[in-house]
Formats: sequence, structure tokens, C-alpha cells
Amino acid sequence: MSLTLDDVQRAADLARIEIGEAEALVTLDQLTRVFAMIEQMQAVDVSGIEPMAHAQDLVLRLRPDAVTEADQRGAFQAVAPETEAGLYLVPKVIE
Amino acid sequence: MSTNTPTLKSLSAQLAAGECSSVELAQEYINKINKLNEVLGCFVTVEPELTLAQAKAADEQRRAGQAGVLTGVPFAHKDIFCARGWRTTCGSRMLENFISPYDAHVVERCRDAGLVMLGKTNMDEFAMGSSNETSYFGKVRNPWDLERVPGGSSGGSAAAVAARLAPAATGTDTGGSIRQPAALTGICGLKPTYGLVSRYGMIAFASSLDQAGPMAHTAEDLGLLMNVMAGFDARDSTSLERPAEDYLRHLGEGVQGLRIGLPKEFFAEGLSADVARSIEAAVAEYRRLGATVVDISLPNMALSVPVYYVLAPAEASSNLSRYDGVRYGHRAAEYRDLAEMYRRSRAEGFGAEVKRRILIGTYVLSHGYYDAYYIRAQKLRRLIARDFVEAFRECDVIMGPTAPGTAFRFGEKSGDPVQMYLSDIYTIAVNLAGLPGMSIPCGFDTQGLPVGLQIIGNYFDEARMLGVAHAFQQATDWHGRVPAGAAA
Repeated sequence: MSLTLDDVQRAADLARIEIGEAEALVTLDQLTRVFAMIEQMQAVDVSGIEPMAHAQDLVLRLRPDAVTEADQRGAFQAVAPETEAGLYLVPKVIE
Repeated sequence: MSTNTPTLKSLSAQLAAGECSSVELAQEYINKINKLNEVLGCFVTVEPELTLAQAKAADEQRRAGQAGVLTGVPFAHKDIFCARGWRTTCGSRMLENFISPYDAHVVERCRDAGLVMLGKTNMDEFAMGSSNETSYFGKVRNPWDLERVPGGSSGGSAAAVAARLAPAATGTDTGGSIRQPAALTGICGLKPTYGLVSRYGMIAFASSLDQAGPMAHTAEDLGLLMNVMAGFDARDSTSLERPAEDYLRHLGEGVQGLRIGLPKEFFAEGLSADVARSIEAAVAEYRRLGATVVDISLPNMALSVPVYYVLAPAEASSNLSRYDGVRYGHRAAEYRDLAEMYRRSRAEGFGAEVKRRILIGTYVLSHGYYDAYYIRAQKLRRLIARDFVEAFRECDVIMGPTAPGTAFRFGEKSGDPVQMYLSDIYTIAVNLAGLPGMSIPCGFDTQGLPVGLQIIGNYFDEARMLGVAHAFQQATDWHGRVPAGAAA
């Protein structure tokens, strides 16, 4: 399969990363090489094989629905770019 | 072992015997780091005041008769572990000024054991790399040859230990990032079975593959650190509940009757002749020590690189979506709206390799491609894991080279990303299967660069692997060799 500049731009949009034309061209070349390598996967017959999400086939552990954590908002918000009254501030979304 | 190689064990003995205090020891290492770090680039962050405070507390514990085996012994953390009050950058501009408000589980365990943190070591950005060339904080130089890479992504930890700037360090391994730099710098590194060491507070790259582990000069030291690092943590949903074990328990048992599997796929095209020679010599040594060798095959091994470069970027694209400039990390200075804030913050905060992998991951998870790439890769993953399960019917441990070559020059593999990715060809399958793997030094190439022997064990077989490595280290001294670039 061959990638196009549109594919790169579309992926960048989905990933919320701004990418200029020059950078997109370089990225296209590099991604094309990577995808050429990944194509090797297509040659193998995988019928009847279950996908493996990770090694131990774990079931997600459950716990009682009870509060166990202490309020550490102050500490966690100390590293935030902009906060006010316990809220994170971002540019206005709705006009 | 030469006296030029302090180990966790030897330093512990010195402290216990009162030959020095933790404060004196910490100061000694801080001085060495001050001398060499500018050239080597191993440490991103050092905080002598904080380190000496830890050392002072350790000395007090010893005076109160409460010192444990590792109390007061200095070491270093890869800068991927959140440490409260310390800058934690993950090698990225995105977290350049991030002072962590909490401790990773691994950091808590090391602190509770009384280990004294010398600093945070340099690494490939967000653990994506095999050469420590992608760090926002500059490259790390291999103490064996300053014009060459130490490997990655745990390049800073590896170089720090090799240069004797720390007796041991923590690392993380997603596709080989403990084992490959250990091999390229002539030290030991262990990636435990997936699930043994909690990932809480360990900045996530690829959650089904990431695993923390120790890096040191000896199998014994790896065991000492494993005893500290391993253990159930309810805060990591993939942490395994298992009875506690002593990872040192098989040291000294020798290797009589051990069946060593040599996969033919590990000795095929692409392996350097020098590396092959050292590995063959190491295997011959094991035969002399009483082991037998079995030829085995891992037929799907060649697929491990493409499978990994679908799965790891996919998981990374999800994990790194949290970096949006809202709650922590880099926020762009100029933007017109929220969408632009996200796009600019992320474009500015991430380096080229990280962006590349996020884009690959986004693509393979996107509508129309998910089945052909992501799901297919997960199926191939099961085939790769099955190969190992089959192989372990015929042998007790698997051995081979850790890396296809020795330390390469800066820039040598930066042109084509695929060339860099192929450095991990022998290590990746182990992560995909979730098995334990380690690298120990076993020789040098014709240019005096270290070669690593990879030992792969069955699930939860770390203690036996350490015993197997220890037997080799009783009979040889590769692990005691000191690079020219090391601290005096």
C-alpha cells in the first residue's frame, strides 16, 4: 500500500499534531519506508488465530466501589499551565 | 571483579563495615558525575542537596540499627519514573519542566529500601529509540568510545553504570531498551516477565510491552535490585499477584545439565561476525561448565519487527494523547483556539521520532485499517509467543546475541528509521511474548566494543536465569572490564 501526503495530514489531524508541508513530505518518505517493512505481515496466514492483547491473558481486577484516594488536587494542579478555582483553564470552545 | 567496579553488594558491605558513610559515598559519586556528565550526558537531572539528604537519612537509619541490605547505597533512576519533587522529563521537551507530584511504585520501593538517588538518567524521548539520540536533552556517549552510541532507550542508565557514575540504575524495556544498551556498554540488564514490576508512575509508551528492570554490573546485583523492584501493586491493573520470591536463590547452583536452546533464526543473515564469534565462545564456556546445547527454531521471529512497529506505535498514540497542554507539560505560547492549542503544544513538545510513531499508530488504528494492521499484528503476536512456548519444551533457557552488532557511530542509523528499528531484531519478540530476558557482557569485537549475550527464560524464571548468568560470571571476567571513559 502506498501512502499519500493526504494520509499523513489526515493522521496528523486525528493525532492533533500540527504538521507543515515540508515536515509532512519528510514524514511521508519515512512512513513509506516503515510501512514497506510492515507489509511483511500480510504474507502470513492468520486464519483461526485469536488476537493476543498481552502476555498473561489477565482478566481485569475489580475492587469494591468505595473511596480510597485522598484529595490531592492542590498538588496535581501545581504543575498545570493555568488553573482557577480548581478548574483547568483553556481557550474558549463555545462562542 | 576489579576494585574499579563497585557493586551494590560491595558498597553494601563497605557501609555495613563502617568503612564509609552514605553521605561520603554519595558525595564521591556526585563529584564523579560533576566531572564526567558534561562529556557523557548520562544524567538529565542531578540534585545534590536532595541526594545528600537521602544519604543523611540512610546514615541515621544505620545508627538506629535499622539498615537493610541496600540502605545508603547510591544508584540512579531512568528519567521515565515519576519521583515526587524531582523533575521528570522522559527525555522530552513536552515534560521539560514537569516536577512530579507523586512517586512511581518503583521509586517508592527503592526509597523504602534505603537506596540513595543520585539523579535521573537520560533516555530516548518517551522511550522510543535504540541509541539515545532522540533525547531533547542531548545525546549520551558510550564510555567505551565517545563517538558511539550507548544504545537506547535506557542509554543514560547504561552509560552511567558503565562509566562507574552509579553502581546500578533502573531502566525500562519495551522492545529491548534495557538489554540492547546493556549489551552495547558492557553491563548487565534484565527485563522481567511482564507484570512482575509495577508500571504505576512509569511514564507509559506501549502499555502491553513496557516493563521496568535493573541494570548493573553483576547478576547478583540484578537480583538484589529485583528483590526491591518486583511485587504486586494494586495501582497497576496489569500487576501480577504472586508469592514473594528471592531472586538470588539460584545463585551458585551451577549449570550442570542445563539445556540451552540456540534458535537458528538468531544466527542468520544480519548478525555481525564479531558478535557471532563472542556468542559462540560464550556458549562453549557454558558447555565447559556442564550445560548441553539444543538447536531450536522460532519460525515466526522475523515477523517480530513489523508486528512491534504496528503494536507499539498504536499503543503509544493512545498513551501520548494525554499530552495536550491542559493539565501538565508543554503548552504552546501562541494559539487562536483550543484545537490550535492542542496541535501546536504537541507539535512543539514532541520530537521527530515520537511524532513519527504517533502518526504510524494513529494510522494503523484508524477506520479501514484497524483489521488489516492492528488486529493482524495481535494475531501474529500470538504465533510469536507460541514459538517460545514450544521451544521451552526442548530447553530450559534460550541464548543468543542481544544485538546484531556493537555500538554504532552517532548518525549512522538516523537516515532510515527502519535501519534503527532492526537493531532490536533479537530483543523485540521477548517483549511481544511477555517473557523475561537479560543481557550480560560476553566479549569484545575487534575494535574493543562490548558484546552482549542474551538469555531468555520461560515465564517467571528470572531466578534461574540469574543463576545461569552468575555461573558464567564466576568463570569469566567480561563484566569486570572498565572502559577508558569511566570515572577514576
